[in-house]
Amino acid sequence: MTDIASPTVRISARPASATRDIGIKRRYAAERRFRAYGIGAISLGLFFLALLLWTVVSNGYTAFQQTTITLPIEFSEKVIDPKGERATDGKVLMTANYPLLVREALIKQLGIDASKRPLVKQATDMMSASSRTLLRDIVVADPSVIGKTIPVTLLAEANVDSAFKGQIDLSVEESKRKVKDQQVTWMNELASAGVLKKSFNTGIFTFGASSRPEAAGVGVAALGSLFMMLIVLVLSLPIGVAASIYLEEFAPKNRLTDLIEVNINNLAAVPSIVYGLLGLAVFINFAGMPRSAAVVGGLVLTLMTLPTIIIATRAALKAVPPSIRSAALGLGASKMQTIFHHVLPLAMPGILTGTIIGLAHALGETAPLLLIGMVAFVVDYPGSPMEPSTALPVQIYMWANEAERAFVERTSGAIIILLIFLVVMNLGAILLRRRFERRW
Amino acid sequence: MSTSLLLLLIVLIGFISYFAGRARSLAQANGKLSNLHSLPGYHGSYVAIWAILPAALVLGAWLVAAPMYIDSSTRAILPETVQTQGGATVELALGQVKSVAGGLKRLTAEELSSLENGSANLRSTLAAKGVALAGEGEPYMITAAQHFNAMSVTNRWLMSAVVLLIAIAGGAYAIRNIATRFRARNQVERVILGSLIVASSIAILTTVGIVASMLSEAGRFFTMVSPFEFFFGTVWDPRFSAAGSGGASGQFGLIPLLAGTLYIAFVAMLFAVPIGLFAAIYMAEYASPRLRSTAKPLLEVLAGIPTIVYGFFALVTVGPFLRDISAQLNGLVTGNYQNFIQAQSVVTAGIVMGIMLIPFVSSLSDDIITQVPRALRDGSLGLGATRSETVKKVILPAALPGIVGALLLTASRAVGETMIVVLAAGVAARMQIDPFEPMTTVTVKIVNQLTGDLEFTSPQTLVAFALGITLFVITLGLNIYALYIVRKYREQYE
Repeated sequence: MTDIASPTVRISARPASATRDIGIKRRYAAERRFRAYGIGAISLGLFFLALLLWTVVSNGYTAFQQTTITLPIEFSEKVIDPKGERATDGKVLMTANYPLLVREALIKQLGIDASKRPLVKQATDMMSASSRTLLRDIVVADPSVIGKTIPVTLLAEANVDSAFKGQIDLSVEESKRKVKDQQVTWMNELASAGVLKKSFNTGIFTFGASSRPEAAGVGVAALGSLFMMLIVLVLSLPIGVAASIYLEEFAPKNRLTDLIEVNINNLAAVPSIVYGLLGLAVFINFAGMPRSAAVVGGLVLTLMTLPTIIIATRAALKAVPPSIRSAALGLGASKMQTIFHHVLPLAMPGILTGTIIGLAHALGETAPLLLIGMVAFVVDYPGSPMEPSTALPVQIYMWANEAERAFVERTSGAIIILLIFLVVMNLGAILLRRRFERRW
Repeated sequence: MSTSLLLLLIVLIGFISYFAGRARSLAQANGKLSNLHSLPGYHGSYVAIWAILPAALVLGAWLVAAPMYIDSSTRAILPETVQTQGGATVELALGQVKSVAGGLKRLTAEELSSLENGSANLRSTLAAKGVALAGEGEPYMITAAQHFNAMSVTNRWLMSAVVLLIAIAGGAYAIRNIATRFRARNQVERVILGSLIVASSIAILTTVGIVASMLSEAGRFFTMVSPFEFFFGTVWDPRFSAAGSGGASGQFGLIPLLAGTLYIAFVAMLFAVPIGLFAAIYMAEYASPRLRSTAKPLLEVLAGIPTIVYGFFALVTVGPFLRDISAQLNGLVTGNYQNFIQAQSVVTAGIVMGIMLIPFVSSLSDDIITQVPRALRDGSLGLGATRSETVKKVILPAALPGIVGALLLTASRAVGETMIVVLAAGVAARMQIDPFEPMTTVTVKIVNQLTGDLEFTSPQTLVAFALGITLFVITLGLNIYALYIVRKYREQYE
């Protein structure tokens, strides 16, 4: 009895009150603070995500518009082919003085005195230097235009483009900005005449590298990326799946397979730049493959993506319940038949999801490509994976190093394009998982 | 016959063999399929494998070996005067012979004969055909080139004949094997298993490739610069890798780069760990399922954004923002509107890298926190502890080893990150403790040393491999240790 009695005595020895101070207020305050930290951390993370996307979008959405100037160009025979040799000498049409055609059309449009050189220079500076190739292509494609006057839509020079989009602060002193007052007057004049206007920029999707922002686009880089993604897909999916099947279904538990396991986990965490060094040393130096080629980029990205795909595939194979295997084996299928006819099809959604996510990672990877010479100024579309090409993220990197306002805009525009690709791929993966994934 | 045509032919033979094998097994079965040990398809595949595999292997080996043989035989007929001048001259002459050989194929018979009797100039004749020759052509080159061309032609024909013969012989041998009791399926499955093993050994080969290539190139670097100077040098000043400057010039001290790498990684972790950890705790312990199912994937979007985008973000937003705000602060305090944070600085790179690392910290820690057994949580709550006390006093201590592992994994990512630091950290290799000044990292210098025109004999280029192996060892060490901790911890509760 005493040992029951003694605590009662002890309690009664204290003042028996319900408000015994166990610091409840302080502790609840601490609890609230702790909770607030958590909410704060999540909001901060989401805030940075929003800020990042806002930076890209606000800088970049204007890249999808381009200022164009439509001028009636007189394809005068006197300028293009003064000696009448174009039938015999093919070079005449290639090297003709096309900028002169643009200049004359512009002078006529603006009503400038052709003898005032500085004024004429300012006017022609408003036109992109890419007009030359544009007109040349028109004439070479159809020489019958010579002698006619045709309205041609030409690109405005990048600074005029920026000024027209309102990105250049026109209140700054004239000598400190790249667009002069006279040019702004002309710009407004042309705009009110309906000659100069903004239109959807198809060029950013089709052009290649260029030192002039208005003629630069991601088309060539995107094709390089496409080549690499095809190589990555064709190589890493079969190899990754085969490796996972062996490791998951066949491999005996021994030292070697343990080593392979540890290896794969570590390869997944090796910095991507190390793969670039590997590609440089093995594929380019040792095997003598061409530098800057999409094929080397594809191989490097394949090695980089393989661990991701193997890890995803093994998880997908593991998720197929053993009862499926037992049933197939029980009906007399061989182990190989069980796996290829029953387990693999059931694991396919998981494998494809992992593959798409791996590809998305590879698509955004830049560092290894810098080392294998894909930082190249590639103007023309590569015809095959063996030809010099560049990649979408590398193009972004190259543009990010340019200081001009128009390039900042284009960098963001290219990032938007890249992010759209990634979003589409990831959404595809999510849909695939939602649609086909089975819960056993 | 071109290689791709040859490959196509082999595949074609394989196709035919497949159907031949199938048909033969069906014929042997006498219309009763159960007479066969294996399904007809397996018999077909067996024959096809025999037709394709040996031929393809021989083709591969031939393609590697034949050019070496032809080169060495051409080298042997180069005149004595060239032979005695040593390796580089012989290789140069061989290269010229090969371009002459390419050019000779485009010449007409009479042009060729006028070349042979010396009445026409080799260089100008070839130039007219669009083949540029590096030097003035020598007469011996024509004979050598003709030898080269003749051998190449013979080699092509020989290769085509041998490979096709092997394909046909393989198929024929396999067809003869087919019988009702023949275990074609087992044979085919053995080949499949073999290819599975080959595929899984690629992982090992990659690692071996990384280590071997880096070690050999770094080894060449260390013959020019002593390892002591590299690992303990405090000055990084590699000069330019100009063509021809073979000797070691400039200083290659790793310490400033390593200091920059670790400093930036430290700042990034300082930024990412509290945010990531608190986000993970909130997500695991407090958040309603709805909040969790939206906030978690959204945070993980940060992990899916390519690092080049973060670099751009640092370049156009964070860097200028820090520079301007520091100027404002300085102005408010001292009246001198001079920025004390550079646009490219340790903090800029650190903060942006930290943002990138938030989802790594949060999802890894989230996994580990949710793995802590329910019983521990319930026990603590049952004793009257608040949730935050449970987290601080029970869950975190229990999850600590796992969280440390997760943080090590994150740190290895921070050390190996490239694009953010390339754009945001600067290129100045110096040692300092001021985080507002630019510093540079190992990865930045690897990129710097390897972009542009390269010459693979200068220490300026080879140093990148020494830096690479350093980076590889650091991250590998962090990873292995982290995986070890995580695995050990996981076993504890399973």
